[in-house]
Amino acid sequence: MHCYETIYDVIVVGAGHAGCEAALAAARMGCSTLLLTINLDAVALMSCNPAIGGLAKGHLVKEIDALGGEMARNIDATGIQFRILNTRKGPAVRASRAQADKQLYRLRMKRILEQQDNLYLKQGEVTGLYLEGEELRGVDTRSGIRFLGKTVILTTGTFMRGLIHIGLTNYPGGRAGDLPSVGLSDQLGHLGFQVGRLKTGTPARLDGRTIDFSRLEPQYGDDPPAPFSFSTERITMPQVPCHIAYTNPRSHEIIRSGLDRSPLYAGVIEGIGPRYCPSIEDKVVRFPDKERHQTFIEPEGLETVEVYPSGMSTSLPIDIQIPFYRSIEGLERVEIMRPAYAIEYDYVDPIQLRASLETKLIRNLYHAGQINGTSGYEEAAGQGLMAGINAALRVKGREPLVLGRSEAYIGVMIDDLVTLGTKEPYRMFTSRAEYRLLLREDNADMRLREKGHDVGLVRDELFGHFLRKREMVAAEYERICSGRLAMNDREQEFLALHGLGDIQKGTSLEHLLRRPEITYKELAEFDDVSRETPPEVREQVEIQVKYRGYIERQLDQVERARKLEGTPLPEGMDYFSVNGLTTEVREKLAKNRPDTLGQASRIPGVTPAAISVLSIALKAKGGKQSGQEAGPEEM
Amino acid sequence: MYIEDTIAAISTPQGEGGIGIVRVSGSLAEAIGLRLFRFCTGAAFASHFLHYGAVVAPDDDAVLDEAMAVLMRAPRSYTREDVLELHCHGGMLVVERVLTAVLACGARLAEPGEFSRRAFVNGRIDLVQAEAVMDVIAAKTEASLALAQRQRAGALSERIETIRRALTRSLAFVEASIDFPEDDIGETDTVALRSGVSDALDDIGGLLAGFDEGRILREGISVLIVGKPNAGKSSLLNRLLKENRAIVTHVPGTTRDIIEETVNLGGLAVRLLDTAGIRHTDDVVEREGINRALGKIPLADLVLFVLDSARPFSDEDRLILDAVQGKTTIVVLNKSDLPPVIDLPPTVGEMPRVALSAGTGTGIDDLREAIRTTFLHGSALDSREFVAISRVRHRDALASARSALHRFLSGLGEGRELETLAIDLRDALSAVGQVTGETTTDDILDVVFSSFCIGK
Repeated sequence: MHCYETIYDVIVVGAGHAGCEAALAAARMGCSTLLLTINLDAVALMSCNPAIGGLAKGHLVKEIDALGGEMARNIDATGIQFRILNTRKGPAVRASRAQADKQLYRLRMKRILEQQDNLYLKQGEVTGLYLEGEELRGVDTRSGIRFLGKTVILTTGTFMRGLIHIGLTNYPGGRAGDLPSVGLSDQLGHLGFQVGRLKTGTPARLDGRTIDFSRLEPQYGDDPPAPFSFSTERITMPQVPCHIAYTNPRSHEIIRSGLDRSPLYAGVIEGIGPRYCPSIEDKVVRFPDKERHQTFIEPEGLETVEVYPSGMSTSLPIDIQIPFYRSIEGLERVEIMRPAYAIEYDYVDPIQLRASLETKLIRNLYHAGQINGTSGYEEAAGQGLMAGINAALRVKGREPLVLGRSEAYIGVMIDDLVTLGTKEPYRMFTSRAEYRLLLREDNADMRLREKGHDVGLVRDELFGHFLRKREMVAAEYERICSGRLAMNDREQEFLALHGLGDIQKGTSLEHLLRRPEITYKELAEFDDVSRETPPEVREQVEIQVKYRGYIERQLDQVERARKLEGTPLPEGMDYFSVNGLTTEVREKLAKNRPDTLGQASRIPGVTPAAISVLSIALKAKGGKQSGQEAGPEEM
Repeated sequence: MYIEDTIAAISTPQGEGGIGIVRVSGSLAEAIGLRLFRFCTGAAFASHFLHYGAVVAPDDDAVLDEAMAVLMRAPRSYTREDVLELHCHGGMLVVERVLTAVLACGARLAEPGEFSRRAFVNGRIDLVQAEAVMDVIAAKTEASLALAQRQRAGALSERIETIRRALTRSLAFVEASIDFPEDDIGETDTVALRSGVSDALDDIGGLLAGFDEGRILREGISVLIVGKPNAGKSSLLNRLLKENRAIVTHVPGTTRDIIEETVNLGGLAVRLLDTAGIRHTDDVVEREGINRALGKIPLADLVLFVLDSARPFSDEDRLILDAVQGKTTIVVLNKSDLPPVIDLPPTVGEMPRVALSAGTGTGIDDLREAIRTTFLHGSALDSREFVAISRVRHRDALASARSALHRFLSGLGEGRELETLAIDLRDALSAVGQVTGETTTDDILDVVFSSFCIGK
């Protein structure tokens, strides 16, 4: 093994959506960073659908942006259709989604990585961690080069022992067209990690020239398209539509005729797949009464004829795939350019991680993305960003950055993963966030900009913009609370026009804005300042006013949970010696090893009474052991 | 698990005792004390001073019990927060009523061990004490666990489970429509939502109505026997007890002390209280006994108003009739073996009546049946289907689920946003979860994925 001369601060293994964010964060925070990937032509490649965002995922992307990550800016620069979902629902559950030009997305990210100081991009397959005793020193690669690093972040995606299935044919691969990563997961297993197997799938890529789009319903993006990033002014890419098509009973017949050769139903696949992203054969089997299933035909880019039929992933053999796709109206002559397939891969149960994403077993080793059992580019990127930040903070001798469940979806996701572990691919949903009304896309900057700036990821200039916005929101809120109706002619006319005869003189503008029928648009009819208030300030003030009761209720809950969340549980706590816990609770705590009382309270089966007992046990223990509390961690 | 709100609990052991203490800790303690406690002298608490007075109901100021109250202002208290203790007469009914009143004023029922936990958290207890208290709390936890397991096996948890499933399903519908706008799952079916939630509400209402019945089954009822001297109260008591505990005499006014005996009426535990005969009197000792009898009326679950049917309705009878107005009462027309003379005034109205002879025993079975049906509404005891909630904790949880569901339904009617409606449903589920166990996000997602074809 040739040992490379440089000792990096951070080594990132894998250059997918997690790896790119991790490497950029570490390098931008001043750490010398090595990014290793099996294939340098597949950096930030969208292996599945060519889209970013959606419910809860759009939230993640905005949080990544607020913290100083790259994903939002990358999609803004390469997106070819932007839409806001749930516009008829409240602001907390509105979410952004965009189609990407897949090749431009990957190339732009690669360019950003290449232009980043402190960041070194190299091709290589990591076959194992290099440890001296129990100390992590670096990684070994297939080509015989050993890279030394102070910290290592594994973002292996679907590559570890990847196995591709098309019907009963299967072969090793990390993704169609790429080699798998072999050896690393075996070593992780030997080191004591719980390595499990998951499965995911992707539909065929179809030749757009062989689709009759005139028979499909087009779906256009919003005009003007709204960007993801708080720092993008506008979208300049040409915008194109998607198209909606449907399966029919004949399609389902074809699917059923191939089930005997489905690797899933024949028992060849052992990995667990995502329930929220089932293959078409899953849908046909589980919902036999449904006469049609919808698909969005998504363009893969501006310069290619390849299209992606969403929701139509399958692992059936190719002789079923061809007639199946051709059974869809408008696709009668369709040519498959790349077949659909399922892929099985190794992951490591995230229950073995700390909230910083550092593994509990090996110091200075971090895991992010699909290795933690998640699915989705956005989930991966969010974890990658946090792992990159925390590895860099470790190098600098600073405390890790951990986001709370009341602060960010990223916080909810990581807390779910490390507290509960996962047995199926984990995807973010807004329903996972108990403080959903606080975690909105629109206020991601209010929630996280400052933290991004504190760790050194958000540049001063951007932070200055944010501070000005925050001041303006506060000032405007103050203004509408103190500004009162004087009942001049203009105001009286306005009230009469909107049927607000019951409003008295001296009523505040804030009170008026609480009315469901009144928005800033209406206020602007008689109030000149409202008219000149910038839209992003209006939006914040309006949401604060209209959602106020609910926001206050949630803030109240956050406040009440604060002490539990802030009470750490010692690492070596012996739950079997704590009096008053039931055996079931003891076993759960010993297995999950929560970091805080708050985490412990979220483990199913751990009762409020058990939490009381624990907190008392802690007080007793804390007194005895005071003075042993660790100071800021050192390298 | 909350830490900074105000908590309350019964701090003395359950069951009959000379005294029962309701303890309140938190920032609302003093305000609750001022609202519920009527001082005999003065109108404010002196810290660490025992005041004499009465506890009243928060809604109508009706006296719940004569009591002593003490306020210990922070930090000189067990929890280092403001602590209020209301010392009432023993007996679960009184103490639970006082607790209910405290909860109605904004306190929350304490979790097991929560007072001690606050004492620790606030640095009140040192290490040695800490370990001692831990054992106590461990014991409490095991006890509550045993209770929970008994109830888990029973029909109550099945009923609650049905409610939980209905609410989980409703929430899953709401969540699916929020999280999967791009999937082909159709618009939110508000009609189905409304009917699902309404059904759950009906179930909760039924369980809440059964609360008192449940408590009665668990703790029995207290029955106060009142009547003018010589109406036959003690004979009736003895007949019911089938033994001669109370002194029976034909000299008016000999039963001055309240006699209490428990009898098993077909599965229903009945505590029978005999009292001094009631009549206008100048005898100081006897008047004390009469006052005590009338004073006991509000505390009893049922009054047996004994009349001598062989004598005319007298002024003394009228005095009692006035005192039992609005109280659950059975009119007992004693001495049915003698020719009837009595002419009941119209104010007796709808009160159920039973004619019997305490002397011969004729009609006693009718009385037993009347007592049972008054409380158990028919075949409750015979039916295996019978389900009742019997704990203040359960009632508290279900009542809070009910109000959350009311908020949900009115919000649905007003067309409020789904994500705020989801909050109401989650509140309701979490309240119901305090009885059976929580509903996790995964439970909700399970329903979403099994009900809708999700996945683009």
